[in-house]
Amino acid sequence: MGTNDTVAETSGRNNAFTDFRFEKKDSNLILAHIGFSFFAVFLGAIAGLLQVTQRSGWIQLPNWLNYYQLLTAHGVLLALVFTTFFIIGYLYSGVARTLDGKLTPAARILGWIGFYLMAVGTVMATITILTNDSTVLYTFYAPMKASPWFYIGTALLIVGSWFGAFGIFATYIRWRKNHKNQSSPLFAYMAVATLILWLHASLFVAIEVVFQLIPWSFGIVDRVNVSLSRTLFWYFGHALVYFWLLPAYIYWYVNIPQVVGGKIFSNSLPRLTFILFILFSVPVGFHHQLNEPGIGSFWKFLQVILTMMVVIPSLMTAFAILATFELAGRSRGGKGLFGWVRKLPWKDARFFTAVMGMIIFIPAGAGGIINASYQLNQMVHNTWFVTGHFHLTIASTVLLTFFAISYWLIPVLTGRVFTKQLNRLAIIQAVLWAIGMFLMAVIMHIVGLLGAPRRTSYSTYGGHELAVTWLSYNQVIAAGGVILFVAILLVLYIWFNLLFLAPKSEKTIEYPIGVVNEQAEHPPRILERWSFWIGVSIALSVIAYAIPIYQILMHHSPGSLPYRTW
Amino acid sequence: MLHMPKYEKIWLAVGTGALIVFLLVTGIMAVSMGLHPPNGMKMKMEPENVETAAPFNSPGLKKIGPNEYRATIISYTFGYNPNTITVPKGATVHFQITSKDVVHGFMIPGTTTNLMLIPGHVAEYTQTFNEPGEFLFVCHEYCGIGHQAMYGRVIVKDTV
Repeated sequence: MGTNDTVAETSGRNNAFTDFRFEKKDSNLILAHIGFSFFAVFLGAIAGLLQVTQRSGWIQLPNWLNYYQLLTAHGVLLALVFTTFFIIGYLYSGVARTLDGKLTPAARILGWIGFYLMAVGTVMATITILTNDSTVLYTFYAPMKASPWFYIGTALLIVGSWFGAFGIFATYIRWRKNHKNQSSPLFAYMAVATLILWLHASLFVAIEVVFQLIPWSFGIVDRVNVSLSRTLFWYFGHALVYFWLLPAYIYWYVNIPQVVGGKIFSNSLPRLTFILFILFSVPVGFHHQLNEPGIGSFWKFLQVILTMMVVIPSLMTAFAILATFELAGRSRGGKGLFGWVRKLPWKDARFFTAVMGMIIFIPAGAGGIINASYQLNQMVHNTWFVTGHFHLTIASTVLLTFFAISYWLIPVLTGRVFTKQLNRLAIIQAVLWAIGMFLMAVIMHIVGLLGAPRRTSYSTYGGHELAVTWLSYNQVIAAGGVILFVAILLVLYIWFNLLFLAPKSEKTIEYPIGVVNEQAEHPPRILERWSFWIGVSIALSVIAYAIPIYQILMHHSPGSLPYRTW
Repeated sequence: MLHMPKYEKIWLAVGTGALIVFLLVTGIMAVSMGLHPPNGMKMKMEPENVETAAPFNSPGLKKIGPNEYRATIISYTFGYNPNTITVPKGATVHFQITSKDVVHGFMIPGTTTNLMLIPGHVAEYTQTFNEPGEFLFVCHEYCGIGHQAMYGRVIVKDTV
């Protein structure tokens, strides 16, 4: 199956890339991104293990290493570095695959410029973390002052990712020119949407870093407006989570239908879903700032409403994916109300691992609604509940999906086989991951409701009765952390095999791209008029942010001097 | 232009309907019951001069009515001034807290008091303590190497 897929995404007129292979120049670029991301995972996972065992009181850290330093490394390397490298690599692969089978020369050059900028930025930031000069966590809230090289490093990471995005836009623009009056392939469309979201949001953290934090950390200006810096950070910070999530959705929408032997349910609704994500994931950062002074209640509530709107595209996604699975299961002979479930390829890690992620996303999404709720947030803000929440979303749903992607993408790039043994190991890995996350993230939710703060080193708070009860939960969380670390070692073993050791294949390895259901209608042209949607997205942001930012600027104390508190 | 299957329409209608009800409930709670997250729009402070400017030049607990108090608290790395306040059962406490250096937090587990303390601003929140006991309050925003040592207590006495 899958050897003669037509790219019916473009309404069936184009012919298939039946034995699709990447051009060497393209696969090198993609492999560089994916390979670099694995380093970040390895270092970030070690930091996570040490941190969680320290907080439970199991280990004591040496003098030259502290909990918050590890927390900074964990956050920066996993939430920023790993995700950005992996996502750009994956998007490049799908864009090359669906847009005439290769990248444009301009895209390759832009891709490499982006790669080196990001790599240099990562190395700079990591060194300053290891020397304990930037123990400010990945949110780097002013007026804690990190080394200027930390901020420059993160700025390079962001600007580098923009070059990656420009490369994808270049390939997309060329394709549009050569294929007038056709709607673009779904993967490429979604990649463009994801990167438009990313550019819009990350522009504002870049403004924070370049215009506020870098001059201030060098001592060129004395003071920093803390409220403004936080608002700019969260303008980016919430959309960041959709930058992680949308590539996972691309896999669910576009690649998995082929893996399960089904069809893409609709050609239009997934596009509308991504447009809605662009519109409703940026103008909502205040729901991370609900409990802080200096922002009017009305604006907080408006952004809560906009935040909740993402429920709609999420429901559309859930429907589309389940519909795809059901149709696939039925076409394989599944009978009755749920008979089709058993016909799905449960033993295929490319499917199983991602479905684990999808299932975990149900409680994860419910937790997200709690976090963003105007009043409920007061019970959970800055507690371990929040940490538990994003360990279910990014660290489970997104990560498991990325693992599933890597199990076929690396073989396509290296020509090595994802053998039966590796597949079995990958299934064990996904189960271990789910168990580890259950122990860690679910308990984090519970102890967070009991009031345990997030981002805090081992403490008994003077032996306070309540704080002592938190400690026993910490032990379970640490046990979950140890299991997760074992699972990370497993996945690193699988990756190492796929990169260097697994047997070479003589046949072409399939890059799964789903075919659109024949009955699906041609997508309306308006969905591909990007200038229109970018305009709407900017307009929504102006409505949600202009007056509160004006108020922050007017209601401005002289600003804060820098502090080094670690 | 966008054809949707019947079941998807039902699914989305139920989901969106639930969302609208949820937002209405939240909005009604906010507007008619005054249930807003902690605020603080009025006062601004010069962070490093907090201790010489009113009201933070005399931090502490002040009685302002029958069983009603104002708690003026300064946060700093790594503590609160004052870090213990004692009130009788049923007391309503108006918290008024700022930071004199970096960003801190102020959370009293078991209550809805959960504030971010941003240098330059004064965070305000009102909490009534109906149960006697010793409430812990902690800094829940990472503020530096001693963050885990930053805490205090609200002691609620059964009898005055």
